[in-house]
Amino acid sequence: MIKPHVYHSLGLCDQEYQSIVDILGREPSNTELAMFSVEWSEHCGYTRSRKWLKLLPKKGKYRNLLSEDSGGIIVDDLAVIFKMESHNHPSQVEPKQGAATGVGGIIRDIFTAGARPVASLNSLRFGQLTKPYNRYLLKGVVDGIQSYGNCLGVPTIGGEIYFDKSYNGNCLVNAMSIGIAKKDKVVRARAKGNGNAIIYAGASTGRDGIGGCSVLASKEFKEGEEKRPAVQIGDPFTEKCLIEATLEALNTGYVLGLKDMGAAGLTCCTSEMAQAGDSGMEIELERVPKKEKDMQAWELMMSESQERMLLCVEKGKEKTIKDIFAKWDLQASVIGRVTDDGRVRIKYKGNVVADIRARALTDSPIYDMPYKKPAYLDKLNKLDLSKIPLPQDCNKVLLKLLSSPSLCSKKWVYEQYDHMVQTNTVVLPGSDAAVIRLKGKNKAIAATTDCNSRYCYLNPYRGAQIAVAEAARNLVCSGAQPAAVTDCLNFGNPEKADRFWQFKNCVQGIARACRFLRLPVVSGNVSFYNESPKEAIYPTPTIGMIGIIDDVKLACTQYFKKEDDVVILLGLCRAELGGTEYLKIAHKKVRGDAPALDLRREQALQRATLEAIRKGLVSSAHDCSEGGLAVALAECCISDRENMVGAVIDGLTFNSRSDAVLFGESQSRVIISCEKKNVPKIKTIAAKSKVPFRVIGKTCAERLKISRRDKVIVDLPCQMMSTAWSDSLEKMIF
Amino acid sequence: MLEANVYVRLKKTITDPQGLAIKHALDSLDYKDIEQVRVGKVITLRLDTKDKKTATRQIDEMSKKVLANPIIEDYSFDIKGE
Amino acid sequence: MRFGVVVFPGSNCDQDCFYVIRDRLAQPVRYIWHKDKRIADYDCIILPGGFSYGDYLRAGAIARFSPIMKPIIDFAHKGGAVLGICNGFQILLEAGLLPGAMLRNDNIHFICKYVYTRVENDSTIFTNSCKKGQILKIPIAHNEGRYYIDENGYSRLKENKQIVLRYCSRQGVVSDEYNPNGAKGNIAGIVNERGNVLGMMPHPERSPEASLGSDDGIYLFDSIITWLRKVI
Repeated sequence: MIKPHVYHSLGLCDQEYQSIVDILGREPSNTELAMFSVEWSEHCGYTRSRKWLKLLPKKGKYRNLLSEDSGGIIVDDLAVIFKMESHNHPSQVEPKQGAATGVGGIIRDIFTAGARPVASLNSLRFGQLTKPYNRYLLKGVVDGIQSYGNCLGVPTIGGEIYFDKSYNGNCLVNAMSIGIAKKDKVVRARAKGNGNAIIYAGASTGRDGIGGCSVLASKEFKEGEEKRPAVQIGDPFTEKCLIEATLEALNTGYVLGLKDMGAAGLTCCTSEMAQAGDSGMEIELERVPKKEKDMQAWELMMSESQERMLLCVEKGKEKTIKDIFAKWDLQASVIGRVTDDGRVRIKYKGNVVADIRARALTDSPIYDMPYKKPAYLDKLNKLDLSKIPLPQDCNKVLLKLLSSPSLCSKKWVYEQYDHMVQTNTVVLPGSDAAVIRLKGKNKAIAATTDCNSRYCYLNPYRGAQIAVAEAARNLVCSGAQPAAVTDCLNFGNPEKADRFWQFKNCVQGIARACRFLRLPVVSGNVSFYNESPKEAIYPTPTIGMIGIIDDVKLACTQYFKKEDDVVILLGLCRAELGGTEYLKIAHKKVRGDAPALDLRREQALQRATLEAIRKGLVSSAHDCSEGGLAVALAECCISDRENMVGAVIDGLTFNSRSDAVLFGESQSRVIISCEKKNVPKIKTIAAKSKVPFRVIGKTCAERLKISRRDKVIVDLPCQMMSTAWSDSLEKMIF
Repeated sequence: MLEANVYVRLKKTITDPQGLAIKHALDSLDYKDIEQVRVGKVITLRLDTKDKKTATRQIDEMSKKVLANPIIEDYSFDIKGE
Repeated sequence: MRFGVVVFPGSNCDQDCFYVIRDRLAQPVRYIWHKDKRIADYDCIILPGGFSYGDYLRAGAIARFSPIMKPIIDFAHKGGAVLGICNGFQILLEAGLLPGAMLRNDNIHFICKYVYTRVENDSTIFTNSCKKGQILKIPIAHNEGRYYIDENGYSRLKENKQIVLRYCSRQGVVSDEYNPNGAKGNIAGIVNERGNVLGMMPHPERSPEASLGSDDGIYLFDSIITWLRKVI
């Protein structure tokens, strides 16, 4: 008789336990109980989120490709596979290994789909840098990403880093990876064909990470070291060999299915591969390579040791596959066979330790979680602009924004990442979106991650829409047609109604924006329980998006190219300051509503911008986001450090107050620079899509000068802005 | 069964930036008496033998050949057990 | 004329080198597996960048004992052209084909960025298409790139004109300010005394065309091809 406290400590409730007994028609064994507990957890089974995730659209402009563990789109004869995943809690405990294994895990999801990983991105959130622990986390996470990604030879080409006190005690590490395969070489995560072999390949199984997926991912977080044993250690060298061996093995055509052993290791792999292939599986645990002696069956089934995977291989071809792994000095052993009875049967030392219908494990219960709008929100959304004093010195405010941790250059970080290996990176980190070419083709892929979580806190539905819109806008500014989305949904405790309300609204917002912009959500991940004892994080639905550039020669960057180009603003400056970086940095306020967003206008803006870039009319294009027009203009001037170009901006003929014009974060705006002769053509393109068009100035040498109504309100040398922007992060952490 | 610890460290004449960074961190935590920090590594070997003499010779050889780079590193080792 | 690119477990620039030689320079090229005990008739062998054996002991320290290193050392001793890039440079040092050793970067971080290097010797197999003093924009990407050699060794390098590339400013100024990793004398690349083995930390295969930021890397490959045309 299993005592309630045992299954409770595994995260199962009384009702779930009863269901397990009903399904089996008997008491579960320890191993079976452990298997159910992980498969029915939110982490693996999406029990709480699944109902709402169904809203996300799956269709877009490009043909999509949905696999068990990742997804992608078809571009000509290629499959572009990509996914983003969180590794928040492990990183909070042990930042270097947490981040490293996060990168390793997401890259395994890509190459186990048959695609060669070609690029990674990271979306990171930390608490205030004034706290030593947060500096330790930032340094550790960056070290983990660089040590793992660089060793693998997968370039880390972009991402984002934000700092806010809501992440004190719970940092976010969202890792995204992109892979490329010939479209007929993509492989699914399934087991098929009675009698075919199940091969275990890669590192041995140890006790690392046991229960990690249910313990680490489902308990509210307290700072401390006692959870360290559950942290997995990454071995990028083994993973690099695994990538090469796997792609070589797939080339034989004998591998029918393949899956990474990630969260809940063998449990997930056996049950989900069997279920996906509509088959069963019989496994001999004695044949699993082990790191430690005397491991129990349930430990072997739950272990989260890294760099392992499971293959389904055509009967009779086992040796061919094993030889390939041996060539790379990796172990591969046949640990079982595919059966046709739909059951996962696990044997150990002569006993059957688990015998469960695969579908019973994977059909996890769906819960309808209660939700409620938080009481504080109405008050928080009110912002009386008349009570916000106008800044005395806009130069000072601009420099302060440029040097603030969230807006400053992340050069210190991305120069530690190998972002050039594989020799495809056409637009290096530091522009709106990173661009990698596809060798042998004219086409290129642009990629970005985005989420302004402060907007999502103030207005989850609209904030999530803005995350989608801004990601798409970033891609458009690099000359790409936005194509598809992966999302990484980071939220607090879903059992608290106000947190769940944030989740539900964000998912609805993503669904609405993606549907409108015809972007499918092809893969994703949910991470709940991102809370410290004090508070939940801001709702952070990170959007990873890729876009397609038809002609790589027309890839566009954000910085001004030369003097005497005309500077154009597409879009409007509204009188809104809610949720802005300016309000937070200059007035210490997080208030108001997220900026307005009209998806129709957004779409028109993107259409016009893309058309102008594709016709070769544009010298630079930059999205206006955090910090508003002034910060965006400064970035246009200084982000090419070897060739800084100034600007005189005198055409900001908006009626709103000056701080709203300079630092307001109105959506659907792009700054373009172009040669004078192209202005009429761009104007025509804008008019065709009814996009507000204004010539606001021209580029010049050395300084950024902004005036309104004949009064100079900003006047700064590029060198001074550059120093504030590029050196401040390093100063803050040492 | 013998257990050997091989200690590998940078030669004294070579700048150790890792050591400097650690010293800097300790300084900032107010440990004032630290004059120098040098980082090295310990490589633990377990040998299935009781012959200390041969083991000593072998470990010395492998330290020179593989475990340390004599251009930049010094090594020492001790052997425990029987 | 045949190029060979060695693949160690953990090499990750092997495919980039291969791509440049085959697709940009239209030269025959093959991969060489690290477990091979013999090498076929190659004219130039490249040890590519990466993290051979994870660089877990010391960069290049384990790869240096791969079976393939024996025939490569023989090949070098017979005067064959060997180019070691980044991890390949580290392996050449560990193997004793080049003098000195590599230390951790002085800022204790991995550094990936474009740097400028000045050609100090334009009469080598690897730089005969360059002019002395020419500035090449080529990226670096490494953790251990602080080249070290004792004073005697450094004098010998200078006397024998073995220093081929030094880190410098965009204008060609060699100084501490433009030394990305603390390398002795801003050294980015050296040859052996005979001049047929080059080790360099910057990645010429990563700057093969303007769309990637620079095509200066091609000068080195062109030099090798020019030399090989003369000798074979």
